[in-house]
Amino acid sequence: MSAPSAESESAVEQARRVAGTAVAMSSDAPASPRNVPHRGGPANPSALALAERYTRAVGRTDVMWGETTVFVDRSALHEIIGWLHDDPGQRYEYLSDITAVEYRDADRPIEVVWHLRSLFHRRFLRLKVGLPKQGALSVPSIVDIYSGANWLERECFDMFGIRFDGHPDLRRILMWEHYREGFPLRKDFPLRGRFSRAEQLKQALAADPEARYSMEELSIAQAFDSLPLDMRERLAARTNSAQVQTAPDREVGE
Amino acid sequence: MGLSPASDRGAAHVEASGDGWFTTRLDFAVNWARAGSLWPMPFGTACCAIEFMSTAASRFDLARFGMERLSYSPRQADVLICAGRVPFKLAPVIRRIYQQMPQPKWVISMGACASTGGMFDNYAMVQGIDTIIPVDVYVPGCPPRPEALMHGILMLQKKVMGERMRDRSLHVEMEPDTESQLYIPPSRIDELSEPFGNSVHQTRSSP
Repeated sequence: MSAPSAESESAVEQARRVAGTAVAMSSDAPASPRNVPHRGGPANPSALALAERYTRAVGRTDVMWGETTVFVDRSALHEIIGWLHDDPGQRYEYLSDITAVEYRDADRPIEVVWHLRSLFHRRFLRLKVGLPKQGALSVPSIVDIYSGANWLERECFDMFGIRFDGHPDLRRILMWEHYREGFPLRKDFPLRGRFSRAEQLKQALAADPEARYSMEELSIAQAFDSLPLDMRERLAARTNSAQVQTAPDREVGE
Repeated sequence: MGLSPASDRGAAHVEASGDGWFTTRLDFAVNWARAGSLWPMPFGTACCAIEFMSTAASRFDLARFGMERLSYSPRQADVLICAGRVPFKLAPVIRRIYQQMPQPKWVISMGACASTGGMFDNYAMVQGIDTIIPVDVYVPGCPPRPEALMHGILMLQKKVMGERMRDRSLHVEMEPDTESQLYIPPSRIDELSEPFGNSVHQTRSSP
């Protein structure tokens, strides 16, 4: 994009310019088969609305392959997503994904990404928050807005170690509970893991696959009273011991 | 099993071996019964399970080999067929399923991932289920065709036909080390899990 650097113009001006960019394409500019340009092109109207409403919290706006990305500030994220969800002009009722990106350039911040979709307006919006690696890797949780964010945030925490403040139950979801090797999708994580294969196997075999399921999570909970006595005793004992064990090893990670 | 040449039947009566005629015939009868009605417990985790389904369905028809009933409960199963990759998170599960199966029991490791970890030489994958449970037959392929799995099953039947009741080393329940839960030494596991082939170059994200 032949634009001045993002720092020298305000977010509103930039969003306005991006929104008004005509699809000016030369014949050799990369474009998709349906003529969507690689960079530039009309931005999602929500980006302009965001830039006007949250002037200080909204950073630059990118349009790539017809998809709009808005960089926002961590402190305003919860409010912004809440507004996008509730405002009748936006109506982003569907949360597609929450993920994160770490770049190989060590100085570049880790970016947490939210993919929002408005089924009503047929819009797609990508929000990004940059987290410098020196600072705390934490962003606000949006489970109170989209309950579907629960597992997505757990996955993002499991793979990247990003903490979601306010999440009701932030623990690992893909790796097992007592996984001690770190966060697998980080760039400093070796592909085969940190421990030897025997050690990995030993730790994996030590895990009790049923230990962390509460009675509520198992459908057996409704049928508890009609279960055989020995099974009832075993499940009750397991529930009690799991509750005792939960307290000390909440701290997961490196 | 039908009639096969005497040399193929296993547990043949050979005067010089010291076994009496009666014990070898009893061995033969028991083995014949076992080999002809192996009930598989399918442990399908990935694409190999699709090939397994195809093997069990009408075109290839696993029932021809006495596997009419797929036993989805390990308590009634004779052979565990592990079809597909096994991540570390599933390691305690497959170990427990194996322990719940009654003796005599056998294990078929179906496909490259179950046998060696295959292309998944990464932080999440068990590098061969023989590091968790003993394996009788390895079926190579990615995934193996139904013919390959049937060949593995025929090999297992041949192995079953060769067993002797007198051999006390067979069908002894595996006792893993109480502390580490491993049943082979850690150094051996590391040796088995060494990277090989292309995967030795996969180190670019190391610190």
